[in-house]
Amino acid sequence: MNLLPFTPINLLINFAFSYLATMGFGFLINIPRNALLASGAVGSIGWMMYIVVYHAHLGTMLANLSGAMVVGLGAAIMARIKKMPMILFNVPGMVPLVPGSQSYKAIYNFAFGKNSIALHYLVQVAMIAGAIAMGFFLAEMLTRMFFRIKHQIENKRGRYDKTS
Amino acid sequence: MTKANLVIDTVLLAGKIMIENGADMARVDDTLNRIARNAGIQHPRIFETTTGLMMSIQGSDNAQVESIDKRRIDLERISRVNDASRAFQAKKITLEQMYEYLQELDRSTLDFGPLMKIISAALIGGTLEVVYGGLWSDMLPTMIISGIGFTSYYVLNRFFHTQFASEFVAAVVIGILGVLVTKLHLGTKMGMIITGGIMPLVPGVLLTNAVRDLLAGHILSGAARMIEGLITACALGMGIALVLRFS
Repeated sequence: MNLLPFTPINLLINFAFSYLATMGFGFLINIPRNALLASGAVGSIGWMMYIVVYHAHLGTMLANLSGAMVVGLGAAIMARIKKMPMILFNVPGMVPLVPGSQSYKAIYNFAFGKNSIALHYLVQVAMIAGAIAMGFFLAEMLTRMFFRIKHQIENKRGRYDKTS
Repeated sequence: MTKANLVIDTVLLAGKIMIENGADMARVDDTLNRIARNAGIQHPRIFETTTGLMMSIQGSDNAQVESIDKRRIDLERISRVNDASRAFQAKKITLEQMYEYLQELDRSTLDFGPLMKIISAALIGGTLEVVYGGLWSDMLPTMIISGIGFTSYYVLNRFFHTQFASEFVAAVVIGILGVLVTKLHLGTKMGMIITGGIMPLVPGVLLTNAVRDLLAGHILSGAARMIEGLITACALGMGIALVLRFS
């Protein structure tokens, strides 16, 4: 994959276009109208994270993982703010992260009988999918931990208030 | 209808709407248990998979099953069931009102129009083609191709209900158009154009849900969804591969 060079104008283009793409996918899966803008924001923030990590030469896996994690966290936050199911935000949000061009290369090479190159790309696709799944797992774990700790702190405070 | 029956019917209907339209199981489980508890059932017994759900009440001798045989993606309905459940919890509506609302929701067609969907499919294709590092000059052809590809998918799925086959045909259409466009020198990078064109058809909901279900311990539903998503992805890939062989 050869992304656009790392310049301010390209970052802006990336932000705007991933926003549009995420919102477009929101239309396709028919999410409520008042969640469209928020889901677009989640998707583009996740993609910006991907771009930054990718251009820092930390590898595609880490880029996908952190992008998916940001999408998951953003979706959890948006779901809390808007009091809507989390699925409205994380499904469109992950669309830019889908390993489209690697899958294409795998299919292309399979079609012309270059199976070993195709398998190389297929393994890459599987690993990216795994990284995205891992990112979602981590985001879910972090939100659960956050709310558990918050809950405990609140409980403690409540107990102190009652006793004092 | 007795109260217990009404509770079971409401819960089953809510579950049916949510699963049919692509909710993840943890959310379904949570919502259904919440509805039952707020209706005064202390220990509801609910079991749900992607293909059906059943419910019984502890101590009472009636249980009912609801099978789910069609699946589509419509997150607005899930959101509305969620809202109704919240309203019921806040005692703003009664159980009878909620049941009527859910029945109405099940019948109604609240959807963005086909034109809107095709335009947004074109938008997804064009923007992602540029974002993935394609050429600016290829953006317009990609938009048109993904629009046409999504149209063929939409028409097939809407009128013939052929899961997997409609994805395959749409992929073939996208592949043929992508090859044609590059042959006629209207576009340059065939790979990027086809990749962009296929993006609106990606089974995002299925795969995301599969991962969430697996994490939440709904192994059966997660595995079923994972298989469904993989078959969809394979159908897309086969469609493209078929065309590329003759390019």
